[in-house]
Amino acid sequence: MLPQFLQFLYSGMTVGSSYALAALGFTIIYNTSGVINFAQGEFIMLGGMLAAIMAGAGVPMPLAIVGAVVATAVVGLVMEKSVIEPARNAQVVSLIIITIGASLTIRGLVQIWLGKGTHSLAPFSGDTPIVLLGASLLPQSLWVLGVTLAIVGALAWFFGRTLLGKAMLATSHNKLAAQLVGIDTRRVLLLSFGLSALLGAVGGILVAPITYTSYDAGIMLGLKGFVAAVLGGLGGGVGAVAGGLILGIAEAMTAGYISSSYKDAVPFVLILLILFFMPRGLFGAKLSERV
Amino acid sequence: MKCLQSRHRGLLILALVLAVLPLVLPNAFYVDVAIRIALNAIVVIALNLLIGYTGQISLGHAGFYGLGAYASAALTTHFDWPPLAALAAGALATGLLAWVLARPVLKLKGHTLAMATLGLGIIISIVINNEGRWTGGPDGMSVPAFALAGITIAGETSWYIVAAVLLLLMTWLALNLIDSPVGRALQAIHGSEIAARVAGVDTTRFKVRVFVLSAVVASIAGSISAHYIGFITPGMAGFFHSIELVTMVVVGGMASVFGSIIGAALLTILPQLLQAFEGWEVVVFGVILMGTMIFMPKGLVPSIAQRLRSRRK
Repeated sequence: MLPQFLQFLYSGMTVGSSYALAALGFTIIYNTSGVINFAQGEFIMLGGMLAAIMAGAGVPMPLAIVGAVVATAVVGLVMEKSVIEPARNAQVVSLIIITIGASLTIRGLVQIWLGKGTHSLAPFSGDTPIVLLGASLLPQSLWVLGVTLAIVGALAWFFGRTLLGKAMLATSHNKLAAQLVGIDTRRVLLLSFGLSALLGAVGGILVAPITYTSYDAGIMLGLKGFVAAVLGGLGGGVGAVAGGLILGIAEAMTAGYISSSYKDAVPFVLILLILFFMPRGLFGAKLSERV
Repeated sequence: MKCLQSRHRGLLILALVLAVLPLVLPNAFYVDVAIRIALNAIVVIALNLLIGYTGQISLGHAGFYGLGAYASAALTTHFDWPPLAALAAGALATGLLAWVLARPVLKLKGHTLAMATLGLGIIISIVINNEGRWTGGPDGMSVPAFALAGITIAGETSWYIVAAVLLLLMTWLALNLIDSPVGRALQAIHGSEIAARVAGVDTTRFKVRVFVLSAVVASIAGSISAHYIGFITPGMAGFFHSIELVTMVVVGGMASVFGSIIGAALLTILPQLLQAFEGWEVVVFGVILMGTMIFMPKGLVPSIAQRLRSRRK
């Protein structure tokens, strides 16, 4: 009874960590620009795909990983420069549609250049399961959980201790005031896309050995990351991570105890209920609308 | 008075185009495309009432479209219902669902509204995918022909007439609605919801009504398309189809009824043209989406109209 529960919990936490990383990407861009970036899922897909293909072509693993992360971050920067900045003053609806367009473009190009096949990446440290309290845990799951934790720590340090991080935080609180004290908010916006793309790529690479990856792997991951971000209130890192973990665990428990064919519906049912009864998300602050 | 005239002029031109079109189209293939355009345009006009006029985004309307299509398919196939009754039942059920969900959904704004409608659409498409007994699951199911009072609608010509009449009806309905006090209330909501509320508009009630109307129209169009095409798949209710519908609204022009028809026409024809470039259609689709939003944020028809007007001055 307990081992089975733990088994579901482990797999839920692993999947949840990948949602958490996706949610962090959504949150960072949303906070600096007010844009929900529907291309976040494609960043995750790009990271996994590029790393898998480079590793498959004989590039040493560490190099393939770094290469994939850098390439994805560049895609994020290019996307901001080429389509988000020219539409800076557009309405929210328009910006949402632009990011949907960007996601279709990225997905389409990957499908043309890298093909429709599924790719896999070798686990970072073997695939002998570790038995923990009677339930088995893949070493890759520990990688996913560990790296996610490390990233949350690094982000907390970045936003709390570095000048650049503080500038980004200031921009998210009040753009005009940030400009007045000399922060280049356009660069902050550019940076937030690069950072989100980077986080997405890391998430994609971490889960690629567990779930496989293909050109369309980003759609569901992106949408669920969005759910996790909204669940966490789109405010800070803690909310995003908690949102991701809650989703992952809820999904794994549903798949284990109720019905595996409906597990993909869990995040969306959950978010509808949350939005109906707590429109600010689980961890969102109470805000009043400015007119 | 002038406003009234221009409204009727547009409708008259549309009627003329629809009447002349079958005489110019060279073969059945083009007529088929025209029918698909008309059926899409009906959904897009209704969705534009919600997005363009009321300013509420929906990323889940394909879910309502799919509900209509599958209600028609399942009730006529498994329970031998007459097609019209199945269509009405689908529309009623979709309307009820939209009405129950409208209040909590439309309380949300911006990205949370996008999230809620998106989630709704995805849940519907997951249910359709999983309930294979009734829906055929991922493989889809075939739909019998549409018959009413013993007469079966078959062949391109009769379907064209049906689609054209329905499109005219929808256009007329939308134009009237926009020019009515209800329409002005909706535009006030788009301008500023708080200002509208201060001015005494019951914003929630209007938003709910438009949401339900657009969902019911999507459901009916889904039913009719299902009978016309004869075979449906869960993709009809999927996220990508929702995006396609929003794209038609946005490319044609937000808050423009005729823009919706142009948007539906362009994006229905485009995949046919792009068939030769296999794989590139998604990329082209994405680029058009971004390009329109960056260079013509108001959409084709309003942007061109504005340019023409400024030239005349």
